[in-house]
Amino acid sequence: MEMLVYLIPISLFLGGLGLVAFFWALRSKQFEDPEGDSQRFLNDDWDERPKP
Amino acid sequence: MTAVMTQRPSACPACAVTPAAEALAQTRAATEARVMLSLPTIHCAGCISTVERGLNATPGVRTARVNLTLKRVAVEADPEITADALIGVLGGLGYEAHELDPGVISATATDKAGRDILMRLAVSGFAMMNVMLLSVAIWSGAADATRDLFHWISAAIALPTIAFSAQPFFRNAWSALSARHLNMDVPISLAILLAGGMSLYETMLSGSHAYFDAALSLTFFLLAGRYLDHRTRAVARSAAEELAALEVPRALRIGAMGEEMVAISALAVGDIVRVKPGARVPVDGVVTVGQSEIDRSLLTGETLPVFAGQGQVVSAGEVNLTGPLDVRVTAAGEDSSLHRMADLVAIAESSKNRYTSLADRAARIYAPGVHLLALAAFIGWMVASAGDMRLALNIAVAVLIITCPCALGLAVPAVTTAASGRLFKKGMLIKDGTALERLAEVDSVVFDKTGTLTMGAPEATNLTNHTADDLSVALALAAGSAHPLARALTAATTAAGINAAQVTDVTEVPGYGVEGRLGDRMVRFGRAEWLGAEAGTETAAWLRVGDAAPVEFTFADSLRPGAETAIAALKQQGIAVHLLSGDAAAPVADLAARLGIDSWQASALPADKAAFVQALGAKGQRVLMVGDGLNDTAALAAAHVSISPATALDAARVASDIVLLGADLSPLGEALITARKATRRIKENFAIAAGYNMIAVPIALLGFATPLAAALAMSASSITVSLNALRLR
Repeated sequence: MEMLVYLIPISLFLGGLGLVAFFWALRSKQFEDPEGDSQRFLNDDWDERPKP
Repeated sequence: MTAVMTQRPSACPACAVTPAAEALAQTRAATEARVMLSLPTIHCAGCISTVERGLNATPGVRTARVNLTLKRVAVEADPEITADALIGVLGGLGYEAHELDPGVISATATDKAGRDILMRLAVSGFAMMNVMLLSVAIWSGAADATRDLFHWISAAIALPTIAFSAQPFFRNAWSALSARHLNMDVPISLAILLAGGMSLYETMLSGSHAYFDAALSLTFFLLAGRYLDHRTRAVARSAAEELAALEVPRALRIGAMGEEMVAISALAVGDIVRVKPGARVPVDGVVTVGQSEIDRSLLTGETLPVFAGQGQVVSAGEVNLTGPLDVRVTAAGEDSSLHRMADLVAIAESSKNRYTSLADRAARIYAPGVHLLALAAFIGWMVASAGDMRLALNIAVAVLIITCPCALGLAVPAVTTAASGRLFKKGMLIKDGTALERLAEVDSVVFDKTGTLTMGAPEATNLTNHTADDLSVALALAAGSAHPLARALTAATTAAGINAAQVTDVTEVPGYGVEGRLGDRMVRFGRAEWLGAEAGTETAAWLRVGDAAPVEFTFADSLRPGAETAIAALKQQGIAVHLLSGDAAAPVADLAARLGIDSWQASALPADKAAFVQALGAKGQRVLMVGDGLNDTAALAAAHVSISPATALDAARVASDIVLLGADLSPLGEALITARKATRRIKENFAIAAGYNMIAVPIALLGFATPLAAALAMSASSITVSLNALRLR
């Protein structure tokens, strides 16, 4: 059971990392156009090379 | 959910729009233009690239980015690029576009409220999952010191989370309580707070049951419902209210120093204002100089343009068609006819009985019921256990948690999100939170004619009656004018493959028509009286070649696409259809016959329209009003629910609950069906939530409820309700 001393903080830390990543995504406006983003990858512009 | 707060915009749209338009004027002076356009028909990846590629290829455009969720495109361009030019480019690509007002948009582009809820939702979701993991360990048998440790860790995660994430509920509950009434947030806040407090107390005493997970999942599910609710309305609000204003906030004043642009509010009675051809008359006044024709269709529904010469009285909102007019102001601002119309709307709105949403009705029964039940459980167990306060309180809290309206909180937003998403795809924007429910009850529909069932643009009807010579002369003359009838004739004859005759010296005589020379003969195309002909009842322009008898070219307003489909669909559903127009009897009767509408009325004044709608309402009918003009606004506000097309005048769009984004009317019939389905789903969801409570409440009352049972009941009911809502797609 002593493992819990490590496991619980580790699991909380990892979960917290996910939460921070979500905050970052939210702040960098990645949820502004969910519909458009789901369609844009079908677009074949710039398939050959990255957009300059 | 009582969080459905209906926000009626101000009754005077021009007032709200003026500051935005001024801000717009200031930003235009900057080094680049930011243009926002609404694209109602955009729907796929192909559309995105066509639009972006098309706009980026336009000279002067720097970047263009489509937002498919909001169906709009943001364009950054050189300052000389106007929205009209871009609308033309998009029209060429086959996409309908409308200008949005960037001044208003910038306020909502960064959706702060939505992001705030999302943030709280994420925090509560994170905390819920962690606490749930610890709880699973306890449910599967962790005991003694381990259980206490897990409870303490749960408390350390749950209590700060509740303090942060559940704030919106606490705030709403507090404002409801301070106004001395109950809403759904009161039992929610009470359940969350009591669950948290009671669990902390149990943890301190090494008790076996703690409800931290229940308090968190409650917060999480309810926030999810609230977010859906918010998003649905944010999307609708953003596009519907930001379609650029049609009212002119500025006017061209002729002063001692020449022409100057001034705000309408700065105009005084007696000022002289110049109205250019194609512009909207900004004030009520009398024409002092100039001759032209004016289009009054938005104010009165008349399709025939009216001659305007010296001494003619004009009203704000009319459109000047052919020649410049100088107008002496007789009423501006508060006194103008535009404002009197806005007053009419305000009166109609205040007389409209306030509709209570299904969610509010449910909350009204539910909130007191839950409190009484929990109180009864507490008192009952105090008596039964001979004063064991801890036990009685535990059971009362369990009752509050188990009955807590997770499913009720999701019941309405999950359905309205699905339904408005579906209607949005069809090109309809739901502006008002309860509009769907009201739409479902509709049993009669009142249509306006000009601009609603018709496009408000004329179409030549008797070209086949004329000789090719007459047609080619008419084309040569009509091509030189921007008058709507001339443009319609030009389009029709060009499409028929007619070539223009060699007419020289073509000049437009404002207010009358166009004249020119064909060889040595004088040719004229224009108003009947100018050519010495007898004017008929139909919309017409006349052509006279030399001394020959004048020939008549008749025009009819072209039908809006989908109008026939929509009316057929409505009649099939057994809904009474009426046609009310401010236009003359002949064109109204003609249109009614074409569409198969039996009940029609012509020459209706704005007040008549509102009275007609109110009379139907008084007879117990639920009226859907569909209209676009200023003369319809009072009727739109008086109706049970109202729809206006995107091309409608600002005031009409503000007064209506639903905006049709595309030119097509055909989604109307389907919208009613979707609305009825949605209401049925909402009621089903209430039944599901009640069903769960019927099973769970007796268990809680008898004291058999455990945190595990509460978690199961809550998750299962929330998921069933959401799945039921998804069936709507």
